[in-house]
Amino acid sequence: MSDIVRDDRHTAVDIKNLEVTFATDGGDVNAVQGVSLTVRSGEVLAIVGESGSGKTVTAKTILGLLPETAVASGAVLLTGEDVLTVGPKRVRELRGTDVAMVFQEPSTALNPVFTVGWQIAEGIRAHGKVSKKEARKRAIDILSRVGIPDPETRVDYYPHQFSGGQKQRVVIAMALVLNPSVIVADEPTTALDVTVQAEILDLLRRCRDEFGAAIVLITHNMGVVADLADRVAVMYLGKVVEEADAKTLFADPQDDYTKRLLGSVPRLEARGHQAAPSADAEIVVNARGLEIEYPGRLGRAGFRAVKGVDFTIAKGQVLGLVGESGSGKTTIGRAIAGLTRVTGGSLEVLGVEMNGVHERDFKPKRAEIGFVFQDPASSFNPLLTIAEAVAEPLIVHGRAGDARAARARVDELMEAVQLPKAFGDRYPHELSGGQRQRASLARSLALDPALLIADEPTSALDVSVQARVLELFAELQSDLGFAALFISHDLAVVNLLADRIGVLFHGDLVESGPNDQVLGAPEHDYTKRLLASLPVPDPSEQAARREALRALTRQA
Amino acid sequence: MTTTLAAAKDRRAPWFSRLPIVAQLRRSVGLQRGMLITGIVICLVFLLGAIFAPIIAPYGFGQLSDDAGSFPRQAPPSSDHIWGTTVGGYDVFSRVVWGAQTAIAVVIVAVILSVLIGVTLGLVSGYLGGWLDRILVVIADAVYAFPSLLLAIVVSIVISGGQSSLVGGIVAAGISITVVFVPQYFRVVRAEAVRLKSEAFVESSKVVGSSTARIMFKHVLRNATRSLPLILTLNASEAILTLASLGFLGFGIGPTAAAEWGYDLNRALSDTASGIWWTGVFPGAAIVLLVLGVTLVGESLNDLADPRLRTRRRAKRRKAVTSASSDPAVGDDKTPGSTTAPEGGRA
Repeated sequence: MSDIVRDDRHTAVDIKNLEVTFATDGGDVNAVQGVSLTVRSGEVLAIVGESGSGKTVTAKTILGLLPETAVASGAVLLTGEDVLTVGPKRVRELRGTDVAMVFQEPSTALNPVFTVGWQIAEGIRAHGKVSKKEARKRAIDILSRVGIPDPETRVDYYPHQFSGGQKQRVVIAMALVLNPSVIVADEPTTALDVTVQAEILDLLRRCRDEFGAAIVLITHNMGVVADLADRVAVMYLGKVVEEADAKTLFADPQDDYTKRLLGSVPRLEARGHQAAPSADAEIVVNARGLEIEYPGRLGRAGFRAVKGVDFTIAKGQVLGLVGESGSGKTTIGRAIAGLTRVTGGSLEVLGVEMNGVHERDFKPKRAEIGFVFQDPASSFNPLLTIAEAVAEPLIVHGRAGDARAARARVDELMEAVQLPKAFGDRYPHELSGGQRQRASLARSLALDPALLIADEPTSALDVSVQARVLELFAELQSDLGFAALFISHDLAVVNLLADRIGVLFHGDLVESGPNDQVLGAPEHDYTKRLLASLPVPDPSEQAARREALRALTRQA
Repeated sequence: MTTTLAAAKDRRAPWFSRLPIVAQLRRSVGLQRGMLITGIVICLVFLLGAIFAPIIAPYGFGQLSDDAGSFPRQAPPSSDHIWGTTVGGYDVFSRVVWGAQTAIAVVIVAVILSVLIGVTLGLVSGYLGGWLDRILVVIADAVYAFPSLLLAIVVSIVISGGQSSLVGGIVAAGISITVVFVPQYFRVVRAEAVRLKSEAFVESSKVVGSSTARIMFKHVLRNATRSLPLILTLNASEAILTLASLGFLGFGIGPTAAAEWGYDLNRALSDTASGIWWTGVFPGAAIVLLVLGVTLVGESLNDLADPRLRTRRRAKRRKAVTSASSDPAVGDDKTPGSTTAPEGGRA
């Protein structure tokens, strides 16, 4: 299908002085301010930036996908035509044939009530007269080319019959099927597990090499950039602050912002030996053969999320639990906090056996457990001020009569998490994600807990904000000496904080041990694969790691 | 997320601009604003008419004679009776003005009762779940299955035996409307409670050890009531229609106890054939106008609450000057406002 041979220097997209303004309730917002970029065929341009930097808006303009509230000026030349001025009919013709998009969340980008073959054929038949048979043939062909095994059968499958990574392959197949000159990939691997991410990045690399497409890759993950990009544009507050080819950018960043962005990416390097807690240290959490099963529907077996896991957390120790989605790591955290019922084995939390526990018996212990949730947006009641929310634990456990009486302690806590006292009078939506997550930390520490459970506390945050929250977490942990369970999918993040690491895979604890041992000399195949899949923000090192991963997969 | 923010964002504004309708009025533009203002004006006219009925209406609602003697029957509009008189000899203008009082009183009783009962049941049912939830949902569905007017008639007969005094009539009409509306509030609040139950902030207070009652009333209830003003206004207009239907069918309030548009329409039924238009047109127009006004308010509130339906002033093409700071302060996370979340730009 790649019969059209393209000149390497051929410009696929040329964005000239693009400005995009949104009308919102709070007045106009200039999301993109004078951005100029070019992408050539057979090249991957990565647009990197944190949330609100305008990277997604810039990329969506290439497809003419701006909402009605937006006004764009400047020019976006797509193979010589200005997308902003050609009118909706021509833009519709361009989509698919000249420019295609790969979305972030493959499960929502596919329509669940149609087969994937139908959805791919729909794109083909929308552009030109193609018979159903012919469209189906081309759908099968493209599915095999993106690496879906047995495409003749699976072309008739519905989206839910594919795994997350395969769904993303189907989405990429849909983008490739009309052989577009440009593919816009908006965070194509963010919703995927790290081992799957490596496969999808490989596939995108093949899109560039075999199909000769230009790829505009939008991402916040510097590791992904290092893995795939040829050239990188760094965006900040609607402007491109730096543009360079990938090797130069990582080796010698010019702009201050780029330097700081690169500096805050957590790296997988040894932290030196951890002081092992003395053997007679008090055990805070003790799990023996812990099993957790979610009840199934009537007549069906339940789902066993955790299948017999053993671990302990000693006083003052940080245990990191790592695993991909569905590995049961969050379930374990929720079980310790008493949010999910334990169905088998034994889980002792602060001396209380959680298997068959009554809320009445566990309630006094709740004062000694703090919990930091993943999503800072929803973990605060939107109608309470931060101070009121932080005071909640104090009021519930009778340490203070009302929010005003607790204010002194609240101010103290706000100071501990490095938030200005005045923020206490703000409402959650008036704080940024990082600030909210720090307030969440303050709330969980209000009662001086013996145990803190942090469930992916930084996965919703930008990388520079994540670095500061992690730093704060480590500081508070060493000052206050609480034991902690730190749950994350990101090995590099866990490495920064944990004394011991447990690796979960499909509900089994496949490996656990001191930090250095698990990351430095992993024994289990899965741990090895997990480690090798993690992209590092250094193009040449990442190329070497990619080879290592390939060797590892071939062995398996 | 946008709806969450929109409701809480004006918290720092003066109290009067945070009131439900005023806040929406300030945010609206164009046609939506026109609809909202029209609705508010119509409602205000009726509200003032109801409050000042004793001053505005020249005669009482049940008055059949004055110093000059008995009123004529079916008299056309004249200087004495500007909208004429009915077959029973009542002054049409006075009846319409007093009728506003009855209508609004019934709406208030019906809405307060159904909100109280519906919200409490919905909250308990949604948050606690279990067998109680199932039973309540089945009952609510069963009530839905009845034709609402039939249900209202049955309830009104049970309560007052059909006709009754002013207060009794109003309460009876209010309760019969309530029975029809409770399932609606129940459903909405229950759905919200079920959704909020799994929100992180509810789980977080569970982890803290808050009692169930505290979680329900402090965290769930206050977040579950957001869409109530919308249903409330839409139901209010339905309540007016139900009341009028009850009155028309003869299950409302008697002419000597209070003025009631539906009853007047019923009495005007035979007049239409003989060309006496004024007895029917005015109460009918009153019903239509009040329903229209309340519906306009309700519909515009509905549109304004949804960020996808809300129209905004079009963004202007940007001039050279930019408002956002270009200082690349990475280490310091940005407070929403300049770039990330324009909704909260009050930082």
